[in-house]
Parts: sequence; structure tokens; C-alpha cells
Amino acid sequence: MQTVAIEGGFLDGPVQSSRAFRQIMNALARPGTICALDGAEPPAPLSIAAATLMLTLCDHETPIYLGDGYDTSDIRQWITFHTGASIVAPQKAAFAIGDWNGLPLDQFPIGTPEYPDRSTTVIVECPALVAQGATLSGPGIKAKAALSLPELKAFQRNAALFPLGLDFFFTHGNQIAGLPRTTKVT
Amino acid sequence: MYVAVKGGERAIDNAHAWLAEERRGDTAVADLSVAQIREQLSLAVNRVMAEGSLYDADLAALAIKQSRGDLIEAIFLIRAYRTTLPRFGGSLPVDTEDMACDRRISATFKDAPGGQVLGPTFDYTHRLLDFKLAADGEIGEVPQAPARDTATPHIMSFLDREDLIQPEPAGEATPPDLTRTPLELPADRALRLQALTRGDEGFILGMAYSTQRGYARNHAFVAELRIGTVPVEMEIPELGFSIDIGEINLTECETVNQFQGSKTNPPQFTRGYGLVFGMSERKAISMALVDRALRWKELGEDNVGAPAQDEEFVLYHADNIQATGFLEHIKLPHYVDFQSELELIRKLRREATQMQEAAE
Amino acid sequence: MSAYNFAYLDEQTKRMIRRAILKGLAIPGYQVPFASREMPMPYGWGTGGVQVTASVLMPEDTLKVIDQGADDTTNAVSIRRFFERTAGVAVTEATVEASVIQTRHRIPEEPLQAGQILVYQVPIPEPLRFLEPSEVETRKMHSLEEYGLMHVKLYEDISQHGAIATAYAYPVKVEGRYVMDPSPIPKFDNPKLEMEAIQLFGAGREQRIYAIPPFTQVVSLDFDDYPFAPTKADHACDLCGAEDSYLDELIVDDAGGRMFMCSDTDYCLTRRKAGHIGAQGVPYEEASV
Repeated sequence: MQTVAIEGGFLDGPVQSSRAFRQIMNALARPGTICALDGAEPPAPLSIAAATLMLTLCDHETPIYLGDGYDTSDIRQWITFHTGASIVAPQKAAFAIGDWNGLPLDQFPIGTPEYPDRSTTVIVECPALVAQGATLSGPGIKAKAALSLPELKAFQRNAALFPLGLDFFFTHGNQIAGLPRTTKVT
Repeated sequence: MYVAVKGGERAIDNAHAWLAEERRGDTAVADLSVAQIREQLSLAVNRVMAEGSLYDADLAALAIKQSRGDLIEAIFLIRAYRTTLPRFGGSLPVDTEDMACDRRISATFKDAPGGQVLGPTFDYTHRLLDFKLAADGEIGEVPQAPARDTATPHIMSFLDREDLIQPEPAGEATPPDLTRTPLELPADRALRLQALTRGDEGFILGMAYSTQRGYARNHAFVAELRIGTVPVEMEIPELGFSIDIGEINLTECETVNQFQGSKTNPPQFTRGYGLVFGMSERKAISMALVDRALRWKELGEDNVGAPAQDEEFVLYHADNIQATGFLEHIKLPHYVDFQSELELIRKLRREATQMQEAAE
Repeated sequence: MSAYNFAYLDEQTKRMIRRAILKGLAIPGYQVPFASREMPMPYGWGTGGVQVTASVLMPEDTLKVIDQGADDTTNAVSIRRFFERTAGVAVTEATVEASVIQTRHRIPEEPLQAGQILVYQVPIPEPLRFLEPSEVETRKMHSLEEYGLMHVKLYEDISQHGAIATAYAYPVKVEGRYVMDPSPIPKFDNPKLEMEAIQLFGAGREQRIYAIPPFTQVVSLDFDDYPFAPTKADHACDLCGAEDSYLDELIVDDAGGRMFMCSDTDYCLTRRKAGHIGAQGVPYEEASV
């Protein structure tokens, strides 16, 4: 195994992951809020925020799908070494990561009527992340919020599936924002 | 003037100190050693290991000492300790055919290879208090027999050979683990068996007894009850083969139950299965009966609405740590919810009285 | 305490719980199954809340634990000590100073803020459980949004008692979809369920986690002609004079004399410090607290 794989994890897992989780939770509970998330030093093109999220939430119980451009041996080795998660097809993924065009959204599990939680959490790597663009409303948002989304339609379709659906995180550098299935975007 | 009641912290500390004093009892009487509990209260130790799901006689004995002999409390201590232990891997399935049997009886065949071995059983003791034990627990010379050095075949295997019993081929699947994944229904048989073997002995006994009395009766014969030690093997990936990592004491019960058949399938007996840590035959037999009762669906039987057939009822209520925690929590403060009920009942009574008066 | 991990739980367990919390926040009011661990305290005594708290705590947090609104009830003391010992976090009795609050049966009177997290201990998470004992059936009802049974129950109350006879654990509908048990809080607290803080609910024995994100619609079930009404004892607090807080009733003498005081002890104390005095209270400085 190359050195790139074993480097870049948390130095103090319990404490760093507790801080990271707070950021992740705030991001998802307050759509449109951009939070800082760091700690991991992953191989490119994986962002610090996306990799930190994986260190915090992924393990051998959470199969991961890697989108186009992310399914590299460096990234595979890094994920395997630090999380123990297996890399799988989209239909089996608990988490998926990639850039917007490299993610087959219609192939991820959206949960079942009895277990809507059994759906993929999708991490979308973005060229930029700012609190402007699409208008967001729904749980976690006081009146309206704004977030730079790659498009609207996909998220409108996803929200229409509620209570089924995918949940999204957007990452860029050490920034993260969340968009659960409950958020309405216009 | 009123000053609010305070002092929860001090009350807790004092309660713990008093508890320690009560546990020790009269200091003029010698302190009980963990080794004494392990050796002389071994059936209590067995139960704590079985329902605590942790095979460690010394820890179970320590838990019994710490809990002043309250076995459910001891099981709780073991369970709470167990969850903090890292998992290094899973063993291979134990093969009870290789068991060095201390006891082995069959109620279905008068004799079979391996013979009937009574072993250390209470069965034929007259239940007369032995006052000699109060003064002196020493024992006399105990007769010895040579150990059997070949495997003891399962009685079921003889029925199996004749196709008289519903087959139960070995599976390759890793059994589920309800201590690591939330219970989801319907549960498969492996998961049910795990819940039963960890379940409260009294509860499983009561359920089994209810089937005997007609609540989903399934005509059980104890084909075989065996108690003894089996080796535990684990595959070590680095070595590429498996090695013995120790041995454990087990009680296994296999029952032959009512047969069934149809026009296409000639009749066959069915089975129930019990396997429990340690020498725990009451539990193992009970488990086999309840296992059999829970199999009604796969065996194409009617659900007669008996408690022992209701998988959800049995699995959700068999665990004594869950049960005792929830039961005892009602002694915690409920001022707030009780207060809301008080207000409601006063209001409802006031309104009812007013309506009555208005009517009169 | 170095023998145990930060906040007691091992990291794998925390990851599993954290994932459940996130799915809970994404599907408000839906009960996410989780592999509850056996904790060193009894089931029914807050093991769900404790596991959730352990999974959200950071070293910088300040933790408050209340039971029945009070910080000094024995089980609250016991849980607070557990986290002082295993996570080394600061603790407080002041609602405004806390970043994480674990509670049993109450929502603090002081409105919670955006940076705060409220963790509820939940005994029976299933709002339909006492109408339908089978988990298989209730799960189906939630999936079909089939809540007729609940409305029938509430309506039967009205026909029998002239009012909805549920005083605590009063069911709510979250974001127009899932009927949820808010845990056994008095219905007085129900309107507070729409708040700025994140609310997390943990049921250890029943292996369920659920959540309400900030600013989420939470509606107490009712009927047009029998609207929901939060109620409390028709008194002011005898210690601090508050008329807007939920009250405990105390029996103070052999003749059965009563007095009423705030169930939220921090709220009461803060008011008394600010100079408010109830009918049987004394100025704060003189009180031997």
C-alpha cells in the first residue's frame, strides 16, 4: 500500500469526529448554512470536507459509491484504509461521492415506504459553494435561505418523493452545506 | 416560607455507601471470594454467562458478588461490560458432535451409541434439605469412569438417515446479531434462537410451559439432551487455517416434535432446538419448545393465537434487562406527567359535576 | 477514565448513531431504527438519550441534564455525572449557558437558541403503540400515513369525557407527514416543539432515534370543534410568582395543604435572582439554596 493511503486521517479520532459531526449535523439541519469542515487530508480530487465527512460517518457498515473521476486507486485505498468501507455499485450505496455530472442519481436507493431512512446520502463536490442562487425553504430554514445548487429540477423531483428520497451534502474545499429531501428549492 | 428540596448528589453517594455495607453484610463473617462463587455457585454463574451473553466464569462470579446475588443485576453488569469489548472476529460454528459429554440422555431411544449418561443431575435427588451441608460441605470419594474418546453421534442423525425428521442442512450464512443490528421483524430462525438463548430463563420457561398446556401444543419429545465441553475454533487469516482458542461448556437440547406431511410429502417429524452456555438444561429444553412453537409459519401450521407462536411478543419481551429497566423506571419521578393528569382529571370532574347540576 | 473512549461509546457505535440522527433530521418525525447498545444504566432510565448525547457531545460543550424540569433530581444528577466523568465536558444548570441539554419529560421554559441541542429521553417512541401493540402493524400504518386509529381514539375521548383525555405525550404531526410522540412532556410544552434549536429523541430499549430540525412545523392533533389547548395548574409559582411556567404540585402538610412551584428549577431560580417573589417565597439572597 502506498503512503498516500495511510496518511491524512484523524490524529485524534474521537475528538475530531465529534467536532466534525457537529458541523455536518448543523449543515443538514439548517439547509443553506455553509459550515467549515476539516481534519482529513485526502488524495485529490477528494475535498477536505468530503473526506472529513467520510472519516466521521463511514465504516464497514456503509458501502460507498465513487462517481466518475473519483473512482481512482488512490481514493479507493484511502477510503479502505481509513474507514473500512467497501466500494460498490450505486444500487448498494449508503453514501455516494462525486461531482454533479458523475453521479447516477436515478440509480441510488431512495428508501422504502416502511424504511425511508434506507436511502443514499449523496456528497456532491462543487466548484464553489456560496449562500446565493436557488431559494430554499422547509424544515431547518426560518423563512428562506439561498444556496448555489448545480441545478433545480433534480432537487425538486427528489423533494416530491418525500418521505422517500436522497439526502445531499455539497462540499468544496473545507466547506459543507446540506440539503435533505424535505427542502423545497425554487 | 418554603425551600426547595435539594441534595440529589449527596443522596446518591450515601445510597452507594450503604449499598456497599449491605453487600458485605456482617464483617464477622468471612468475605466471599470470587473463586468460591465460581466453584460453588456454578449454576448461578452459568445463568449469568448465558443471559449476559459473555462466556467468562470469573467475571460472572464477580458480577454475582457485586450484585449481592441478584442474578438479573449481575447479568446487567455483564451486558454493560460486554458492549465495551472490542471484537476481534467470529469463531467457526462449534460442532456439538465433538462434545465431551458430562451428561447425555435421550427420551426417545432406550440406548444409542454413546449411551445414556446421567451425569451430575438433580433429577433423582430427593429434595430433602441436607442439614449436613450446613456444617460441612466436604464430599467423600467419587467414583470415576474412563472418558469416552470418540465423538458421540446425535440421536437426530439416526432419524435423519431414515428421512424421518425434517432436514436442517448446515448453512454458510453468517447469522445475524441482535446486539449489533436493531431487531427487525419477521426475524429468521437464527435471530430468534439468539434472542431465546439470551432471554430470561423464567420467561422462556413460562412460554414453553404454556405450549405444553395447550397454547400451541407441539408434542415435544427430548430426543437428546447433552451437556459438556466443546472446542472453539477460529480461523486466523494470517495463518490460513483455524486454531483452537479454548473450550466452552454448553447444554444442547434437540426435540422431536409432531410430524406433518401432505399428499406430496410423506410425514416427517419436526424439530425444536435449544443451545445455552453452561449447564442450563431447564433453559435449553424451554428454548427448544419455544423455538418449535415459533416455527409455525415455515412448517405450514395454523397460528392458533398462542403467546408462544407470536414472534413479536416473544422476542420483544424475553430480554430481562430490557424488561427490568423499563419496569423499574416507573419509580423514577413522574411529577410532570402525573401533574398533567391531575389537572385533566380535576377539569373533567369539574365539568361533569357542572353538567350534572345543570341537569338537576 | 482513560479505559473508556471519549463520551464512553466506541467510535463505531457513535458513527452508527450519528448516521441515524442525520436520517432522522432528513425525515422529521420518522423513527429511525438503530442498534442501541447496552449502557451501564438501566433501560428506561435514559439509555436512548444518553447514547444520542454521547454521539453529539464535543469537548467544548456545556451540558445540562434535567429530569422533570429539575437539574437536581437523582437520575439527572446521575446522567450529568456520567458525562462529566466520561467526556470531561463542562456542566451547568443554567439553560442559557448550555450547548447540549438532555431532558426527561420537559422542555425548558426559556426559549432555546440556534446553537443549542435538546436531547429527549423517550420511553415508548411509537405514538400508535397503545392503540396497536404490534410493531409490524404500526410501521405499516406510518408507511401508509394511516392515522385513522389515532383520530378515533381522540374522538372516543371526547365522546366519553367531553375532552381529549391525553395530558402528556400528546401526539403531534410533524411537517404534515409523520405522527410523532413528543415523549411524555406535558401538553403544555407542545407549542414549544417548534423552536430554533435541533431536537433529537432517543429511545434506547426500543432502538429508535427521531428528530425535529429547527423551524419545523409541529402540530398537536385536534379537531376543529375541540382545538388543542396547552394547560397547566391554574396558579402562579409560589416561589417566583411566574404565571407562564409549568408547575409542580407539592403536598406541604398533613392536612393536605398544597403549594405550586416551577417544574423548571433554573427558570424559577433565575426569576428569583432577578427579584421576583411568589406568594410563599423569600427574596433570593436570604434563601438557603
